[in-house]
Amino acid sequence: MTSTVSPLALLALVLPPFERAFDAFVGVFGDAACAAGDATVGSVFCEGYMQLALLAGIGVGVVAPLVGTFLVHRRMALVGDTLAHAAFAGVAVGLFLGSTLGVAVSPQVSALVVAVVAALGIETLVERTDTAGDVSMAIVLSGAFALGTVLLSLGSGGLSVSVHQYLFGSLVLVDRASVGLLTLLVGVVVGTVALTYRPLVFVTFDETAARVAGIPVRRYERLLAVLTALVVVAAMQILGVILVAAMLVVPVAAATQVATSFRSSLWLSVAAAELAVVAGLVLSYYAGTQGSGTVVLLAIGVFCLAAGASRLPTGLARRVRSAVGSRLGQRDDTRTR
Amino acid sequence: MSVVALDGVSFGYADHPVVEDVTLTVDPGEFVGLVGPNGSGKSTLVRIALGLVRPDRGTARLFGSPAHRDRDGTRVGYVAQQATRQAGEMPVTVREVVRMGRYPHVRWRFGERDRRAVDAALDRVGVTDLADRQVRTLSGGQRQRVFIARALASEADLLVFDEPVVGVDTESRTAFYDLLDALNEEGLTVLLIDHDIGVVTAHADRVVCLDCRVRFDGDTDAFAESDALDRSYGPAHRTLDHSHGHDHAADHDHP
Repeated sequence: MTSTVSPLALLALVLPPFERAFDAFVGVFGDAACAAGDATVGSVFCEGYMQLALLAGIGVGVVAPLVGTFLVHRRMALVGDTLAHAAFAGVAVGLFLGSTLGVAVSPQVSALVVAVVAALGIETLVERTDTAGDVSMAIVLSGAFALGTVLLSLGSGGLSVSVHQYLFGSLVLVDRASVGLLTLLVGVVVGTVALTYRPLVFVTFDETAARVAGIPVRRYERLLAVLTALVVVAAMQILGVILVAAMLVVPVAAATQVATSFRSSLWLSVAAAELAVVAGLVLSYYAGTQGSGTVVLLAIGVFCLAAGASRLPTGLARRVRSAVGSRLGQRDDTRTR
Repeated sequence: MSVVALDGVSFGYADHPVVEDVTLTVDPGEFVGLVGPNGSGKSTLVRIALGLVRPDRGTARLFGSPAHRDRDGTRVGYVAQQATRQAGEMPVTVREVVRMGRYPHVRWRFGERDRRAVDAALDRVGVTDLADRQVRTLSGGQRQRVFIARALASEADLLVFDEPVVGVDTESRTAFYDLLDALNEEGLTVLLIDHDIGVVTAHADRVVCLDCRVRFDGDTDAFAESDALDRSYGPAHRTLDHSHGHDHAADHDHP
């Protein structure tokens, strides 16, 4: 357990209805996860911390590819990595304020604030410099990480464990308050994407035509950057700063290989992420490997399978695609036609 | 009311003027071809007309309102330069792209009227059988049709194309321009930027030749006989001809 409780998580927990509903949900979810695990892979999800890790992982598996799909197809995959490093600077700011000034600031909240500010800053840089932004992003990425390390070195010792936790993620240290915050963030991100799906797709596909069609493109670009910041902070605790960007990109890349439509690519990317998260948690539990690394390696494995499937001889590939598509994408496409 | 009305429009970077003192109107139902050498400001002028760029001086009005203002977005279909390379690896289908044309009309639900408009637009440009194909798998000519379908689905009154056939095979080019002619005859206003003067003179009713300033603005036959080409391209120019079978599309070799 972390000693500081984030004000946002605190807010979530002092809201009694939310707390009660969340506790009940965690209880039901935990029982179901334990039973499902027992029936298939053993008692891995019968331990409380693994149930919380699974819940967090499933949430991340939904929102990371959901937002990542728009980033990848706007060729802004690097934004996730940059904001993750900005979030690290935010963690350092929180820990620094706590250790030197005695101000109790939750690292998660300071990470959220710094990541959102960095997201808006990057968007402004990209707008002003009129480039793809990779140079500005490289500067922000390394600059934020440098700031983080300097701030940590200024702070008193004894921080290495928690820093390690934020850099590489930790399944054991996921606590109920953090998962509560993560659940809120997941709700906000999914709700926002659902409400703004059409303009986001249009802006992603053809920015100029979208602008001519009267869509406020800059506003949606900023929105996407802020959503990315939320996802990064939500995912940071289990995946760590260094690997969080992988979940924004790798499942999307896998889905793009086999998707039959944009909508189906969203569903498939979430499916790929969930597969990697659940299998990764199980594997890391039994093999004693690092959780985030295992999840990301499995996601890359899914990508390799998808890339291989997309290069199957045409007839076979079509059958595979239609089988996958009919399960996940086309049904939805047909309904919305 | 003019569709496009530019009055004394200038735009430039530091000491480098891109467009200077351009006054131009496009009326409903016209098919206007905009030609000029590379770097003559054609794309910039169109971007000003559509409100994507604000002029340094002068005014740009679109359907009677200041072009840069927020608008309902349903009256203009714009296909930018290199649009056929759009999509990249995005697995978006033809139908999904054409649906985008309806987005300015849709408040909450994509309704029956929207679906019908999409189907009609797909049918009009002849890509109904490609509706579930991904745009990334289509040829340049097919993609171009999809973009037109998107504009038609939005019920646009003005279609604007910037170098639409770059990377499109000859046969599809002919079909593409024939489709533009047909849509123009149905009443749509067409503004076409094309480096291929032969094509422009073959299809447009009116030619505007731009070289930072307007060098010529008048009907197509008068353009062929004028010295506007010499003045903008220099005396040794050769205009491209893609064999559309029109006399005035021939090479212009001047002594």
